[in-house]
Amino acid sequence: MSKKVKFVQGNEACVEGALYAGVTFFAGYPITPSTEIAEHMAKRLPQIGGKFIQMEDEIASLCAIIGASLTGHKVLTATSGPGFSLMQEALGYAVMAEIPCVIVNVMRGGPSTGIPTHGSQGDVNQARWGTHGDHAIIALTASGHQDVFEVTVTAFNLAETYRTPVILLFDEVVGHMRERLVIPEKGELPLVERLKTSVKEGVDYHPYLPREDGRLPMSDFGGVHRFNVTGLYHDMWGFPSTKPSVVHGLTHHLVDKLENRVNKLAMYKEYFLDDAEYILVSYGSAARSALHLVKDRRFRGERLGLLELQTLWPFPGDIVREKCESARAVIVVELNMGQVMQSVKMAVSDSEKVFLANRIDGVFIAPVDILNILRLIQGKGV
Amino acid sequence: MAKPKLKQHHIDQDWCKGCGICVEFCPKKVLELNDSDKVVAARPKDCICCKLCELRCPDLAIEIETE
Amino acid sequence: MAIKDYLRERFFPHIWCPGCGHGTVLNGLLRAVEQLGMSRNEIVMVSGIGCSARISGYIDFHTLHTIHGRALAFATGVKMSRPELNLIVPMGDGDALAIGGNHFIHAARRNIDITAIVMNNRIYGMTGGQFSPLSGPDITATTAPFSSIDPSFDVVELSKAAGATFVARTTTYHVKQITDYIKQAILHEGFAVVEILSQCPTHFGRKNKEGSAVDMMKRYKEVTTPIGSKAKQENPDLIERGIFVQKERPEYCKEYEKMVERAMKGR
Repeated sequence: MSKKVKFVQGNEACVEGALYAGVTFFAGYPITPSTEIAEHMAKRLPQIGGKFIQMEDEIASLCAIIGASLTGHKVLTATSGPGFSLMQEALGYAVMAEIPCVIVNVMRGGPSTGIPTHGSQGDVNQARWGTHGDHAIIALTASGHQDVFEVTVTAFNLAETYRTPVILLFDEVVGHMRERLVIPEKGELPLVERLKTSVKEGVDYHPYLPREDGRLPMSDFGGVHRFNVTGLYHDMWGFPSTKPSVVHGLTHHLVDKLENRVNKLAMYKEYFLDDAEYILVSYGSAARSALHLVKDRRFRGERLGLLELQTLWPFPGDIVREKCESARAVIVVELNMGQVMQSVKMAVSDSEKVFLANRIDGVFIAPVDILNILRLIQGKGV
Repeated sequence: MAKPKLKQHHIDQDWCKGCGICVEFCPKKVLELNDSDKVVAARPKDCICCKLCELRCPDLAIEIETE
Repeated sequence: MAIKDYLRERFFPHIWCPGCGHGTVLNGLLRAVEQLGMSRNEIVMVSGIGCSARISGYIDFHTLHTIHGRALAFATGVKMSRPELNLIVPMGDGDALAIGGNHFIHAARRNIDITAIVMNNRIYGMTGGQFSPLSGPDITATTAPFSSIDPSFDVVELSKAAGATFVARTTTYHVKQITDYIKQAILHEGFAVVEILSQCPTHFGRKNKEGSAVDMMKRYKEVTTPIGSKAKQENPDLIERGIFVQKERPEYCKEYEKMVERAMKGR
């Protein structure tokens, strides 16, 4: 059987990935540059018996998918910066109540309304710390449509595995660019399904008591187990508690379940790192220009390499340190004022050797922009 | 239909917060607050089992059992 | 099933103040569910934040205690994803109509089959007595020390205008109506609003010299009247009680199912 090949926008690749992963419920609100995700979902979901609803705002959109997740659905919403800002309180709710859900932020320039039709990667730190209180989060990204498809599938898998919201940080360039996408056959990519409790009716079920492997089996709303879900600190039945041991334990559980698995959660790609003198660290659309430059310079004999991050949070610090250990300089290529650069500086043993190649003017960063920074670092002038 | 006949007032003293709503609105003045501000059935013989105390109680502390 | 079988008795006595009307609403709600003979497994209660929202912790349904003002948005997701479940959403006045006002009117507009109960005590109780969009002018509150100048919403008129297909109002004094209206609201197919005037003696009553819980309930008897009564004609200031709207209009989840059928055929 021949594989299904499509020529699509990144936003549609995300939709295909979500459908492959088994999404059956989408709630959203129109916003540039993510709207195509809602549009494709509105068309595709009813055709497979799924549910699409256009809500009154982004707050309601995230709330609605959390509600739908509790009845056993795989759920998705998609937005951009302003909508993502509105979602932060409900995002914290999903963290606290441990509700699997996937939230796409197709990044545009901010703050505020910013520059809606141009690319940016300015929401990286918001994804990490946008909602209040101590917590951990997973945020993934991708630079090309095949990867958009695959990290979207991974996002659903991680959401189910760890009972957590997962953020997909795409950007306008990837979202709107058209590229070839090969849809994998069923079974080609692994899928993680909802872990359902085996506790029988009439037996005490603890929705927030982790198994030995740390996973929390769920019971659907409408099923035989009735329990409480709350954004307050809660005990293993889901009932509010202010007991210091409960509060301490739950904070640690929420943080540790992800931060203790930082290397396991780390997704990345590497190009020519083995002997690289200069290493570019990049992600999302910016990594495309970075890769172009690396290949171009390699052709000319320069020892340049690229570490492309796909997991942004939890930040894969160990991997960045290890890969960049012997480089003379590390240049972080991103479309913001250095949000990932800060994390890279903290990760490597010599933060003085970390530099930034960026653009923050709404114009996509070109290989030459990165080359200019490289030449400055090398003391060769521009 | 025969009039319901009182068997017993079940009053949960732990749940009662002594707001006095049941006492005030009992049409036959059956109920009283005791020294600890908890409701008691002082004149159960006068009870006509209208159950308004049970329905209005914000603490769900009263139950009228009929025969 | 007995009333207490619907309760999570281990959490009693509840957190509400002595004489709080919210307990009476809980009482009436349980009787409605009991009289309808509903199973605990078929009801999902979604609440927001505030004194009213704590009601969900006390009832042995599937309970979702969410964030301030958003209960109807969460409930919409639950209902859409499993339309066979019965959704009951109790809200306070701030929860429903200040921070949650947008979700309220849109749920009404969609006519999604959810029972919304507005427990209207005209005050933010949990935070210590600030005025709400249902307080109205000339009310003393911690954020209105010189008395409020904000006009209030009329929940009934707002619900009607937004498209709710069942709208009723009563008070905690009129307990039999609480049960009756909630029963009818649950049975109604579409967005149903039951406003229940519910006394807050601790914050509203004390600051506005309305006396004890008993005094406030007596006042509900005096200031309300059945819809279309002669008393209302003589005294237009009286607040009407009763069922204001009870009509049929396509329900959202049912309409979605029809759309799915069209989508399957590619139209």
